Amino acid sequence: MSTQTKEAIKEKSMIIQKDMLARQFHELSITKETGKKVVYTFVPGNLTELILSFDMLPVYPEINALQSGMRKKSASYIKEAEKMGFSEDVCTYVKCDIGMMLNGNIGPTGEKLPPPDLLLLSYTGCFTFMKWFENLEHLYPGVPVAMLHTPYQEDGRITPDQVEYMVKQLKEDVIPKMEKVSGKKFDEERLAKMMVNSAKAEDLLVRILASAKHRPSPIDAYFAGVYYIGPIFTAFRGTEEAVEYYTELYDEVMERVRLGLGPVTPEGEMKEEKFRLVVEGPPNWTNFREFWKIFYDAGAVIVASSYTKVGGVYDLGFRHDSTEPLESLAKYCMGCYTNMNLPQRVDLLAGYVKDFKADGFLINSIKSCNSFSAGQLMIMREIEHRMEVPVGFIESDLVDPRYFSYANIKNRLESYFQMLGQRKIIMEQETEKIF
Amino acid sequence: MNPLNNILTYCNEVAFDMNFTKAKQWKAAATDRALIGFLPIYFPREITHAVNGLAVGLLGVGDRKQIIKGDAYYQSYICHLPRGIIELALDNSLDAFDGFIFPSICDCVRNLSGMFKLAEKGKFQRYFDYPQNFDALIGGVFYGQELNKIIEDTYQVNGVKLTTENLNHSIALYNTNRKLIREIYNIRQEYPWRLSAVDTYTILRAGLVIPVEEHNPMLEEVVEIISEERGEPMDNIRVVITGSFCEQPPLGLIKSIEMAGCYIVDDDFMLGSRWIQGDIDAHTEDPLGALTHAYLTDSTFSSAMYDVGNPKGKRLVSLVRDRNADGVIFSAASFCDPALLDRPELQKTCDEAGIPHINFQYHENTGQFKVIKEQAGTFSDSIKLWA
Repeated sequence: MSTQTKEAIKEKSMIIQKDMLARQFHELSITKETGKKVVYTFVPGNLTELILSFDMLPVYPEINALQSGMRKKSASYIKEAEKMGFSEDVCTYVKCDIGMMLNGNIGPTGEKLPPPDLLLLSYTGCFTFMKWFENLEHLYPGVPVAMLHTPYQEDGRITPDQVEYMVKQLKEDVIPKMEKVSGKKFDEERLAKMMVNSAKAEDLLVRILASAKHRPSPIDAYFAGVYYIGPIFTAFRGTEEAVEYYTELYDEVMERVRLGLGPVTPEGEMKEEKFRLVVEGPPNWTNFREFWKIFYDAGAVIVASSYTKVGGVYDLGFRHDSTEPLESLAKYCMGCYTNMNLPQRVDLLAGYVKDFKADGFLINSIKSCNSFSAGQLMIMREIEHRMEVPVGFIESDLVDPRYFSYANIKNRLESYFQMLGQRKIIMEQETEKIF
Repeated sequence: MNPLNNILTYCNEVAFDMNFTKAKQWKAAATDRALIGFLPIYFPREITHAVNGLAVGLLGVGDRKQIIKGDAYYQSYICHLPRGIIELALDNSLDAFDGFIFPSICDCVRNLSGMFKLAEKGKFQRYFDYPQNFDALIGGVFYGQELNKIIEDTYQVNGVKLTTENLNHSIALYNTNRKLIREIYNIRQEYPWRLSAVDTYTILRAGLVIPVEEHNPMLEEVVEIISEERGEPMDNIRVVITGSFCEQPPLGLIKSIEMAGCYIVDDDFMLGSRWIQGDIDAHTEDPLGALTHAYLTDSTFSSAMYDVGNPKGKRLVSLVRDRNADGVIFSAASFCDPALLDRPELQKTCDEAGIPHINFQYHENTGQFKVIKEQAGTFSDSIKLWA
């Protein structure tokens, strides 16, 4: 608990990112003066390049919610929404966002966020997104809504019919609405140019996350990973700024590899890598540092995670393609992690356990997020069966502090780490017997 | 026994049979038949019927079966329906089924399709992605492609090809089914005491596990019986129940609401059977196109459908007015994101229209109804005394 009062140790790239975000939120706070139009949309399957190509600014309500969670504001926002009639049972991102809006829509930097000029309901891999924006539509009456229905990868692949369906929606509904709101004509060439930058940043991110294959891993691909994905999953994909950020981050990580250093935690460099884990599910935001501390105190490093793939599973090869911009946006939307079917998710996670030489597989099951959580216990059984690694299961929530039970989680994790430790000893003894 | 009692006894027997004995008997009668299970809400059963299949509604196990294995697959904060369905799959109750359809209504049902894939239950497990774009040339084309996938899946099971004639025939049969259900609801609107909500529910639910050829004559008989005066009118209020379209409330809950002094004049329990509001063209060269057109233009309102320019609240208020109801009961399954996320806005719309309402949550195996009965009773009294 005492970690809350200490200043967190930050990598240079984190400071760069902080500046990028501060500028972004400042730009949002002055849209009245600049006349820039604002598009509310979601992270998974976001159309950032398209929004930016119209010189509009994106706002991601789930980012606002997680920021509110990290800044200990979510509890009161959630209560506000529950007073409005939202059940305790439903997604806390939605309630936090609506509560924040009812409280003046003050963003994470303390500046007021502008209301939307367009609600871009591109719902990828989460049915609740649709319900969320139906609610926002009522809370912002008169604001146009562009719906982009993203088909699920039902058959474990993206089909030409699905791409065609999405491109038609983009051409017939989304782009015309963006043209109307922004007052600008769609410029496909400009979009394509941005996608060149997108692909560069995506390449770098893949290499950064793959660095965790080294021993010791130079990064934590979950707790620090959420910072690494920040710019590319939100307002910066397609920009020069994002390419510069990822170049800096990549150099930083490679330097750590060269020096044989472990990941940087809020309390400094992790000295000894005892356990390598693959984690499924989003993190808890209300107690993020305490949660992380349980891991780094035990020498547990997350070498791969599914959460860092919610805005694109680039390690499977997808890159935004400037030669077919709209088709590329369609494929991007459909390729995000929660839009993959369960067998695909199992294959991906099993691959991570193998490729990153993980000692265990852990699920942080989120009460608020059925898209992730429903089926996780079966995923866990599958991974245990296929990969023969110890599996662990903990439960928390995204931004509702009522569902983060520190003692329970710590207890479970410590037991899990003990089990991993015992297993290591047994395996070493067995190896000695063989040789 | 009188004819209605005979029908009710039979419907009770088949509707809540968690072994799906009738459906399995139907399949066993010929070698080229296909048994397809589908989850809520809506599935155009015509496409299965036309290729010698029987589409069977899988609505959970309610309070009819103890969940043992299913609970090991779901966290406490996930609704009850999928754990009952996975229980059925794991205890081999669904072994005679050839395939399973999972309509795109929420993330739980979506991920359940993946669990069936992993467990290799059935010859196919199809997540049926309904378009949220209602333009015939965009969403309509996509919907047609989705229908064709299921037709092909079924063909791989039984080798029966879809023909225009067969599909038109199936559409006509389901048109009759929907028309008879509409008639029952219309009669009940005027004379709700003639057939209780519990009995209505049981009769409709039976229609999801037996062939439509068997259900239609039954419905005709019910219509005939309740067209005559029977039962005793009570001093009850008239309510519309909404939010129960997926995980079904236990019969005891519906009964408690009725016993508390509420005539349920409309509801969304068996919404899938009433999804298409009118007749679908059954004399066409393009029956798949007719099914698509009906979905795009003649669907009812639901939390699973994006309500572009035609908000659900407005449609709920219209339904209340049309049914001459006194109030609305928002009755949603616990942890049902679609229903519960719609509720505040629907309540607000009711408030603006001056329609009283109450709300509660339930599980399919809720066993205690006292609180709900008291709540519904107080609601009824308050309307009778003060409205």
